[in-house]
Amino acid sequence: MPNSEQAFVRFADVQKSYDGETLVVKNLNLDIARGEFLTMLGPSGSGKTTCLMMLAGFETATNGEIHLDGREINNVAPHKRDIGMVFQNYALFPHMTVAENLAFPLSVRRMAKAEIEERVKKALDMVQLGEMGNRRPAQLSGGQQQRVALARALVFEPRLVLMDEPLGALDKQLRETMQYEIKHIHENLQVTVVYVTHDQSEALTMSDRVAVFNDGVVQQLASPPMLYEKPDNAFVAQFIGENNRFVGTVKEAVNGHCTVEVDGRPIQALAVNIDGVGSKSTLSLRPERVVVDPDENRFPNVFDAKVLELIYLGDHIRARMAVCGTEEFIVKVPNASDHPTLERGNEVRVGWQVEDCRALDA
Amino acid sequence: MAQATIAQTDAVTSSGSMITASGEPLKVSLARAERRKRLTAFFLVVPLLIFILITFIIPIGDMALNSVRNPEVVTYLPRTADAIQEWDGQGLPDEVVFEALVEDLREGMGTPAIGRVGARLNYEKSGMRSTMQRAGRAARQLEPPYRETLVERDATWGEPGTWRVIQRESSPFTLSYFIAALDRTYDDEGNIVQVREDQRIYVQLFIRTFMLSLVITALTLLLGFPIAYLMAHQPARIANLLMILVLLPFWTSLLVRTSSWIVMLQQQGVLNDLMVLVGLIGDDGRLLMVYNQTGTIVAMTHILLPFMVLPLYSVMKTIPPSYMRAARSLGANQWTAFWRIYVPQTTAGIGAGGVLVFIISIGYYITPALVGGQSGQMISNFIAFHMQRSLNWGLAAALGTILLAAVILLYYLYNRIIGVDRLKLG
Repeated sequence: MPNSEQAFVRFADVQKSYDGETLVVKNLNLDIARGEFLTMLGPSGSGKTTCLMMLAGFETATNGEIHLDGREINNVAPHKRDIGMVFQNYALFPHMTVAENLAFPLSVRRMAKAEIEERVKKALDMVQLGEMGNRRPAQLSGGQQQRVALARALVFEPRLVLMDEPLGALDKQLRETMQYEIKHIHENLQVTVVYVTHDQSEALTMSDRVAVFNDGVVQQLASPPMLYEKPDNAFVAQFIGENNRFVGTVKEAVNGHCTVEVDGRPIQALAVNIDGVGSKSTLSLRPERVVVDPDENRFPNVFDAKVLELIYLGDHIRARMAVCGTEEFIVKVPNASDHPTLERGNEVRVGWQVEDCRALDA
Repeated sequence: MAQATIAQTDAVTSSGSMITASGEPLKVSLARAERRKRLTAFFLVVPLLIFILITFIIPIGDMALNSVRNPEVVTYLPRTADAIQEWDGQGLPDEVVFEALVEDLREGMGTPAIGRVGARLNYEKSGMRSTMQRAGRAARQLEPPYRETLVERDATWGEPGTWRVIQRESSPFTLSYFIAALDRTYDDEGNIVQVREDQRIYVQLFIRTFMLSLVITALTLLLGFPIAYLMAHQPARIANLLMILVLLPFWTSLLVRTSSWIVMLQQQGVLNDLMVLVGLIGDDGRLLMVYNQTGTIVAMTHILLPFMVLPLYSVMKTIPPSYMRAARSLGANQWTAFWRIYVPQTTAGIGAGGVLVFIISIGYYITPALVGGQSGQMISNFIAFHMQRSLNWGLAAALGTILLAAVILLYYLYNRIIGVDRLKLG
């Protein structure tokens, strides 16, 4: 966790309003360490892109301060911030060749011609487009354009690189390849990256830490494993990965454990974010942590279930069941050699650990 | 259970071309399948094609032909035209030619024929109209030898130059209108020379027309670019309002707009009154801003402004704001980003607007006629003059054809340099 001394980028009490009536960013406090890969993840309209635009200098913060490398940059013009940016639609200049696009940030910095040429060549090699320098952006495929945009944002060795949903326009396979490529470039260059996306798997794959945005507020800031396995609240649990939720009332809470009554049945859970006995709570349980027909006494939570639907997905089978009053209970049954054969309409038992079931806010 | 089989038989004929499953060559089959579509498309455009042919292509072709057509001498003096072919151009022609002329004149008496030939020859050699009229009236009383009697009655018939003109114009097609349109003429020996200095007008006028059009195009670009930029970067509501303001002149009568410029610019007009009132100029120093080139430039710039703004606007609207942002984030200041990233992307609009305004202003007629005075006249005003007043249609057609050729040449150059496919008109 970076402390305030070593924070490279720092949002302090930042608020943003467009119309003077509603806040799209509500009191953001966020520290980003040097060399970190931080992702702002959230549904559209959650304020993540606005934060990025404030950092880049295209939007002004209505209140609060933004610091970059120890200096307040609220009133620094965008071209003086030394921040590289990759845009959603790449924004490659269509009237210039690929090499000219890459040379642009260097030539506006009045660099010598020979050095520009050398740097452009190096940048093109980095993204494996060494032969494409004389092409126009329109002659390149989506993935190649993406690479050029990346190279252009890095060629002038900025202090910070911002990426605004850069892979949104690519197909699934290419997107995954590019995710690894961006991650490797980040590791090799040790550059600080702030990445905006609404795709949670992208965020989990690439980031050191992820800030989950909703409704103008950071809901949780944590590393990918923490985010997935230990969500702080119901929104994060629901937004990241697949999630079974039960809504019930807290009956008992001792030593970090609690009992929540759902549909008349008690469920043992980890007390993470509850208001106390008698309050409402949402239970969160990952589908892969549920065991079908468990051994006697292995789990404290064992309930009757009825199989409503089966979907064959190759490596696993997704079963939708009716459990404890909900018909949307999902179980991922691994397609192992000894997996239990389920059929629609089967009456089975399902069970899970107390530690896998987190009691969160209502 | 559904059964599906795809026979992997890429059938190929002996000559190596593909054939379809039913054994027909693939190309033949494709052509037949497409023919119906092509025919339907063709029949849909036939009415328009006919309309354009009748109202546009044929008239323009006819006008262009008028500039070289030369029927008068051949039609009305057929014998003379025939006989004079043998003449070597030295001294006077033989008696045969004179006899042929008198016969032609006798036949033409009482018809408009002699008047027409006279008018035609008068373009080439002044005084020929009356010479022909007099000869026509006298033709009946003339007696052989005609050579002596004709020369005796009118010395013009004794000049070899007269006969050279007749010989030259006795073919059904001529270049003399084009030669006249370029301020050239034939001297008595038949060489092409420049006309007297005080009679040279058309070359000067072409140059002036091109210069004025260039100035007007540059001014519309200068004024139109900021307007288009503003329109493209405002929310839809304000952009629509601006668009109405730009189009407002379009919906007002051209005559009204031009006349209001006279009211604004004349010496006792609003602008001069204001400047005198403010003390910028004295009452005796009122500026001449209309009935000269200034008037033509001001009024035409105003009228043609929408033709520049609309293509610019349509191009600018498609430039996403992220380009400017990208340029800024890469380290360019506002001006560099605008000049190196924004402006180059508007070239299609600048080209379209420029070509449009330039071509329209080259042929503009009504505004220069009303506010141009002497120095603000353009080539089209002289074309109209020859069509309506002097009735020298041949010369009008030649001037028009030169103008058309210049426009086509410009368009060709534009296509070579910038490319017409990059033209964006809206």
